[in-house]
Amino acid sequence: MSVVVADAQLKRTPLHQLHLDLGARMVPFAGYEMPVQYPNGILKEHLHVRAAAGLFDVSHMGQFEIRSGTARSEDAARSLESIVPMDIVGLAPGRQRYALLTNEDGGVRDDLMIAGLGDRFLIVANAACKDADEVYLRQATCQACTIERLEDRALLALQGPGAEAALARLASDVRSMRFMDVRAIDVMNVACTVSRSGYTGEDGFEISLPASHAEAVARELLKNSDVAMIGLGARDSLRLEAGLCLYGSDLDATTTPVEAGLEWSIQKARRAGGSREGKFPGAQKILHQLANGARRRRVGLRPEGRAPIRHGARLFSDQDAADAIGVVTSGGFGPSVNAPVAMGYVTRAGEPAGGMIYADLRGTRVPLRLSELPFIPTTYKR
Amino acid sequence: MLKFTQDHEWLLVDGDSATIGITQHAQEQLGDLVFVELPKPGRSVNAGAGAAVVESVKAASDVYAPIAGEIVEINQGVVDDPSLVNSDPMGKGWLFKMKIADRSQVEALMDEQAYRALIDNAASA
Repeated sequence: MSVVVADAQLKRTPLHQLHLDLGARMVPFAGYEMPVQYPNGILKEHLHVRAAAGLFDVSHMGQFEIRSGTARSEDAARSLESIVPMDIVGLAPGRQRYALLTNEDGGVRDDLMIAGLGDRFLIVANAACKDADEVYLRQATCQACTIERLEDRALLALQGPGAEAALARLASDVRSMRFMDVRAIDVMNVACTVSRSGYTGEDGFEISLPASHAEAVARELLKNSDVAMIGLGARDSLRLEAGLCLYGSDLDATTTPVEAGLEWSIQKARRAGGSREGKFPGAQKILHQLANGARRRRVGLRPEGRAPIRHGARLFSDQDAADAIGVVTSGGFGPSVNAPVAMGYVTRAGEPAGGMIYADLRGTRVPLRLSELPFIPTTYKR
Repeated sequence: MLKFTQDHEWLLVDGDSATIGITQHAQEQLGDLVFVELPKPGRSVNAGAGAAVVESVKAASDVYAPIAGEIVEINQGVVDDPSLVNSDPMGKGWLFKMKIADRSQVEALMDEQAYRALIDNAASA
């Protein structure tokens, strides 16, 4: 066990003082000092989000705006389509879409949210990838396109069944938003970009706002007794139960969208026979896998016992098999499922008919049942 | 006699056996426990060897045998309800009992005052 000491090299978010005031345990994460939990602890925080509403500081994530820089606003969309296999030209203003930056091997450089804001797109990227993403975006998008990194913006996520009521007190407009809608909305007289989305499986919102006003808005939201601040620990267990990928664990440069079970994120227009088929990095491999399937797949796993099976555990087709058929990429305890849950990659040939596979846990083989994802019913407001 | 290790285990001596658990500081650092794996009674372990595993939502941590000896009893209560280790780490949240093989190993462990100093130093570092 070790005690984490403050590191001068680590960056801080605009809510740093709030975290300290609330007694957060701060840990280094992707170059930032971030709250992993508050005094309530991960279990209670997790359950609070599913029962009421949780507020997350995700200001460490990268925020970019891309504009065409030409008279043709479509140029930015077309340019983005050259680096993601998603339909961006068809993304209506006021809508957001999950997107993947692919590489030439069909792997994933980062997973993103791309929001259409009319004259520009807002991109939200993973904290650990944002520096590399910026370099790549500048180099890979059109000459006339302008990329702006929004360094002075914070990002809050408000998630859970109580999220709509809590945010509507400050901005009643949000009630009429549907899942993946994006709007420019004033919250406490501050111009925010609000999307109805999140990373928990719950209904909720993400609020991009000026760093200078983030603490005031967060403190106002926290005055509502339904709203509690939630750390990165519960954020991870919530997204795992919701079957959502964590970049760096469940997705990386060697996993393709098809292997990851993310075909749904590739719209018709970009697939074989679509109006703007292919022409993204790794298109050949990804389109081939869309047509023929991939050799391995991301699957949901429910360990039979109470022991969590964690990232890195090797998977086998039976209790005695010598060769692994896969590996766990995310695993832990699901507080709402009240049991251990995991996700991993399994080769299709090794997948047994009975739906039971085995993981190596400290030298013994423990059974896991292949499971549908997500592990909990999602409550997105579609 | 109550003793402590650098790895935040406690050991309470009673005759020729000792009860072992993790400290209040350890349970605070780990957070809510969701799984406890205990050794099989009858197993002999070396001092410093992994004897039990405690798991929080986020991570698994080894609990080491503070001394050499045979595992003579385990606390099924914490297997059934791991939160006992959080709520009462030095009472109902005990983990296992060992038969003491070499009493000098017990003597060499920290007393409560030395352990407190260790935690205070870590906190102020």
